[in-house]
Amino acid sequence: MTRLATTFSAPHPALVCFITAGDGDTAANLDALVEGGADVIELGMPFTDPMADGPAIQAANIRSLGAGTTTAEVLRHAAEFRQRHPQVPLVLMGYANPMIRRGPDWFADHCAAAGVDGVICVDLAPEEDPDLGPALRDKGIALIRLSTPTTSDARLPDVLDGSGGFLYYVSVAGITGLQSAAIADIEANVSRIKRHTALPVAVGFGVREPEQAAEIARVADGVVVGSALVRLVEQHGTHAPRHLRDLTARLAKAVHSARKANP
Amino acid sequence: MTENTPNSFRNQPDERGHFGQFGGRYVAETLMPLILDLEKEYRRAQADPAFQEEFDDLLEHYVGRPSPLYFAPRLTEELGGAQIWFKRDELNHTGAHKINNCIGQILLAIRMGKTRIIAETGAGQHGVATATVCARFGLPCVVYMGAEDVRRQSPNVFRMKLLGAEVRPVTAGRGTLKDAMNEALRDWVANVHDTFYIIGTAAGPHPYPELVRDFQSVIGKEARAQLLDRTGRLPDLAVAAIGGGSNAIGLFHPFLDDPSVKLLGVEAAGKGLHGEEHAASLAGGFPGVLHGNKTYLLQDEDGQITEGHSISAGLDYPGIGPEHAWLKETGRVEYTSATDTEALQAFQLLCRTEGIIPALEPSHAIAAIAQRAAAMPKDAIILANLCGRGDKDIFTVAEALGVEM
Repeated sequence: MTRLATTFSAPHPALVCFITAGDGDTAANLDALVEGGADVIELGMPFTDPMADGPAIQAANIRSLGAGTTTAEVLRHAAEFRQRHPQVPLVLMGYANPMIRRGPDWFADHCAAAGVDGVICVDLAPEEDPDLGPALRDKGIALIRLSTPTTSDARLPDVLDGSGGFLYYVSVAGITGLQSAAIADIEANVSRIKRHTALPVAVGFGVREPEQAAEIARVADGVVVGSALVRLVEQHGTHAPRHLRDLTARLAKAVHSARKANP
Repeated sequence: MTENTPNSFRNQPDERGHFGQFGGRYVAETLMPLILDLEKEYRRAQADPAFQEEFDDLLEHYVGRPSPLYFAPRLTEELGGAQIWFKRDELNHTGAHKINNCIGQILLAIRMGKTRIIAETGAGQHGVATATVCARFGLPCVVYMGAEDVRRQSPNVFRMKLLGAEVRPVTAGRGTLKDAMNEALRDWVANVHDTFYIIGTAAGPHPYPELVRDFQSVIGKEARAQLLDRTGRLPDLAVAAIGGGSNAIGLFHPFLDDPSVKLLGVEAAGKGLHGEEHAASLAGGFPGVLHGNKTYLLQDEDGQITEGHSISAGLDYPGIGPEHAWLKETGRVEYTSATDTEALQAFQLLCRTEGIIPALEPSHAIAAIAQRAAAMPKDAIILANLCGRGDKDIFTVAEALGVEM
C-alpha cells in the first residue's frame, strides 16, 4: 500500500498541511507540521506567476524566489524530509511550467528519487494530461487532480481518469485563502464526487480555524490548510516552527476527532 | 519548405486547441467548464449569420471599418526600395486594432448571459477598447493594469475612467502586463458565474487564441482585398509588430496560404537581445506553459518567468500567442526584432515623412521595414499593419528623447 493509501485508510480523517518550499526554514517548518500532527504534507513549489493563489501564498512564492529557491532545492527538501519521516506522505504542489521545464520524465524521475508520493499541478487540466500524467504514473507517483464547485457530473469522470492518491476538492470558486464555503455545499459536493470514485476526497481553500476544519472533517476524508500556515511563516520567520506546531496541533485534534463520513 | 509542409496553414488549431505542440488549455479546474462553454458558444456564434452580421455592422458603423490602405510615397522614397503600404488600423475608433477583438468578444459575452466584463491591459489600448465596448453595451468593466504601466500610460488610464471602467493597478511582480493578466485570472476564477474575461491578445487558453485571431483577421482580409483592388497583386512581404501577437496574426492569417507572400513578425528587442532587457520570446525564449497556453516564454532554467522589457508597454509581455510559436516552428513566418532605439528612430521617421504619429508598437514593424526596403526592388510591395496611433506614447517618447514637456 502506498503511503497516501495507508494514511487515508486510518480510522480518522486526515489533516493535509501546506507550506511553500524555501519560505523560511523549510526543514524546521516541515518537522513542526509533522510534530503537530499533520497526516499529509503539501510542499509548494514556488512560481513567479501563481495565478490561482491569493495574497498570502503569492507573497510566500515571492519570498521564496527572492531567497533564491531553485527546483533542485525543492527536491532536496523533499528528499531530506523523506529521510527524516519515512512514513509521512509528501505531495508537491505547484504550477505546470517549473514541473515540465526539463521534460516530464526528468521531473518524475527526480520526484521518485526524492520519495515524493504525489503531485498537484494547479494549471494542468486533464485535457493536457500527456504533458505530465504518464511520466508520473510510470514512476508510481500519484497525479492528484482538483475538482471544484464548477466541475459538473458530466465532467467528473474526465477529472478522475488518471487521478491518484486523493481528490482535492476546491470548496470555493476562487483563489486560495480568501472566502470559505458553506458546509452544506461542501457536504453535497463531496457526496456527489464520492458517487464517481473510490478515491479519498480532501477539501481545501479558505480553511483556517479548527472548528471549521472539524465541520469539514465530518463530511470528508481530509482537510487541507494552507494560507493560514503560510501566514504564520510570514509573521514569525525563523520563529515560525513553534507557531506552526501549535496551530497544526489544534487543527489535527479537531480533524482527527471528527467523525469520518465513510469509514 | 520541407515535405512535411501542411496542406494549409489556415486550419489550426486542432479540436483540442493545439497549434502543433503549442496552445492548449492549461487553466485551473474552476475555469475549465467555463472555457469549454465558451468554445461551444463560439461554435454556435460562428454558425449563426446574425452574429456575423452584428459584428460586421458594428465594425462598419462604430469602429469605422474598413480601415484605409495607404501607399506611403515619401517613406518609400526615403528608404529607396520597395513600395510601402500601410493598413491604417490606427484610424479605428479608439486608435488601435484592439477594438476589432473587443467587439467580437463582448457579443459572445452577451450571448453567454454574462453581466460583468474584466480585462488586462499593457499599453492601455486593449483596456480602452474594452471600456469602450462595455460603455456601448452597458456592462460594468474592471481593467487590471500593471502599476508601472499606469504610470507610463496615464492618458489611457484617464480614458478608461471616462468610459466608466474601474482601473485596478497591479503592484505584484514588476507591475506590467504579465502581472495584470495574473490578477485578471484571479478575478475570473472567483467570479466565473457572471464574469466574461475579454483577453486582449491571441493567447490564453483555447479557444481564445483562435477567436481573437478570427476577430482580428478582418485586418488581413481587408488588406488583401484592398491591395488586389488597387494594384492587382499580393504583397511580397507583410510585416507586423508582435507582443502577444494579435495584430500580426490578424494581418498574417489570410495570407498564410499565399506562398508568394513572405511574412515577417517583429518582436521587441528592448535594450538588445544579448542581455535580459528585451521582450523577444521567440528569439530568446523556450517553450513552456503560462496563462493557459503552451508557447515560447522568457524563462530561466527552472521555468521561472522572467520579465520582458520594451519601451513599448504593449510589447513587454514574456510570452507570445501559440499560433506564432507554431508558425515559427513550421517556418511559414519569419520573426525578427527591433530595439527600443530602432523603434524610436522609426517612430520619428514616420512622423517626419508621412505626417503620421504611430504608436511605439508598430514603430517596431516600421524599424524592420527600414532595414529591408532598400534591398528590395522598387516594384516590390511591403504591406505593414499600422496597428495603433502614437498619441498615448508622446510622453514616453519625449522622455526617451530627453525633451521636457
